[in-house]
Amino acid sequence: MGPPPTLPTSHSFSSPSPKTLQETKTPFEIRFALLSSLSIQNHGMRHLKGEIGVVSKADGSALFEMGNTRVIAAVYGPKEIQNKGQQMNNNEALVRCEYSMANFSTGDRTRRPKGDRRSTEISLVIRQTMEACILTKLMPRSQIDIFVQVLQADGGTRSACINAATLALADAGVPMRDIITSCSAGYLCTTPLLDLNYAEDSAGGPDVTVGILAKMDKVTLLQMDAKLPLDTFENVMQLAIEGCKAVAQYIREILLENTKQLESRRGS
Amino acid sequence: MRDLHLSLNQTQRVRLQAALDQLESYAASTAAAAASVTVADSIPVNHEDNILKGHGTSDLDGQVVATLCGVVERVNKLVYVRALRSRYKPEVGDIIVGRVIEIAPKRWRLEINFSQDAVLMLSSMNLPDGIQRRRTAVDELNMRSIFVENDVICAEVRGFQHDGSLQLQARSQKYGKLEKGQLLTVPPYLVKRRKQHFHHLDQYNVDLIVGCNGFVWVGEHVETSEKESTLLSDKPSGKQETDNSVPLETRRHICRIANAVRLLSVIGLTLTVESVTETVEASLRSNIEINEMLGSEFYVQTVEREAQRRASMVRKRS
Repeated sequence: MGPPPTLPTSHSFSSPSPKTLQETKTPFEIRFALLSSLSIQNHGMRHLKGEIGVVSKADGSALFEMGNTRVIAAVYGPKEIQNKGQQMNNNEALVRCEYSMANFSTGDRTRRPKGDRRSTEISLVIRQTMEACILTKLMPRSQIDIFVQVLQADGGTRSACINAATLALADAGVPMRDIITSCSAGYLCTTPLLDLNYAEDSAGGPDVTVGILAKMDKVTLLQMDAKLPLDTFENVMQLAIEGCKAVAQYIREILLENTKQLESRRGS
Repeated sequence: MRDLHLSLNQTQRVRLQAALDQLESYAASTAAAAASVTVADSIPVNHEDNILKGHGTSDLDGQVVATLCGVVERVNKLVYVRALRSRYKPEVGDIIVGRVIEIAPKRWRLEINFSQDAVLMLSSMNLPDGIQRRRTAVDELNMRSIFVENDVICAEVRGFQHDGSLQLQARSQKYGKLEKGQLLTVPPYLVKRRKQHFHHLDQYNVDLIVGCNGFVWVGEHVETSEKESTLLSDKPSGKQETDNSVPLETRRHICRIANAVRLLSVIGLTLTVESVTETVEASLRSNIEINEMLGSEFYVQTVEREAQRRASMVRKRS
């Protein structure tokens, strides 16, 4: 799948000797080696990359990368409801979401049970976030399945999953109120940090994940793992919102380019 | 690129890029390119002429905002967004191809790439004996003798019931079970509604049915009027299976046409009989084997041919 992961260029580390880089092999090991010498700087967003139409049999699909975090999303539907028992309301579409992490996505290869608590929680979070933007009323008696899988985890997986799901839903032609994007921000050594990677995340500082409706300027997701003073929190959240807007800008560019390409090939 | 993983060499890559650029430049000269929108783009409208907001639009603080990715279309006062990649949106009278997934009391349920399953009532199709009469309980028990699960069926959209479910009908000899062929699925936006969706490709002895829902059937030609008589005569003898296997030549043609459809849908070109036959003829002209039709060389050639075709169209217009 694509080129081998490289060190995030947007990050700056305090001059690790080139020797340590050569001794350690995998990017994860390199990152752990660098963790000790990590210097906190207010870096910007990691490199973003999005690709539409990566799963051929899905109604919509997308691959989304934020730095070394790489996520694939596939949308099936709107389609007939498979399990009538799950149907809450006859007048709107049922949205389902399944989040999973590939066994090879983290540094140490672990075998996770399919429905562990962490992935159940993230599935729920993504489902609720996407439900906020999908116009479910337009698709009565149907269901939309969203599958997101983390191929490479380097912090901010839930943000990347939400961004990938947005792209995939737009590709599937599901009507949406607005584009939802997500980005995380943290606070380490008195510096607000945007888009935390694994090393920064595991340093133990607070991690604020924000999801916004880009055009309407409304927050649909806000999660924080630790306590923060209110004024600091506002700074951090503002930073995360700016990150979301940058992601939104990028996602719209990709979507517009994809739409133009489809239309130009189809011809008149 | 969906579905097909091509390994292009350097020349092919350059040629493909040139042809695609050419396609893009022709599209850019039309109005449609400028009207492409994505989700949450605002659509410029003149509010004085009280416009009507159609599909794919919503209202946000007095602005008209797109809820889909697609192309803005304006018809008089109506403004709507024509979605490109999405599921099928049925319209009454559309000819569709579907697959039976369930047999329910007095009805078959069909998968037709819509957001729900479609319903074909026993009463809205002709009985195999061709007699017009009320459907009895016996008919209901014999429903599996008409269609069983996983059969591919051609039918027409009859309309929406008051509860929102989609009803189909098959009240003619040309509708009904499709056998001896291949079913292909393409994105529905590649199929345009036309007068004719059934096509008999004479020279290949093949039927091509381009369903509005993006299901395309390529199969051996069946004579619709003859079919009626064979059904009546053959049924008691029960030797339908044995005596009419498809000849090898026809099978080859079916595969060739199917690959042409696959190729066109992967590139994203509109599917019409003309484009399909043209692709098939081009493959025959340049002696391309059936399996090589999905290879990189023919892919590039097809894109180049399409670019040339559009170039000649532009020249004709000017």
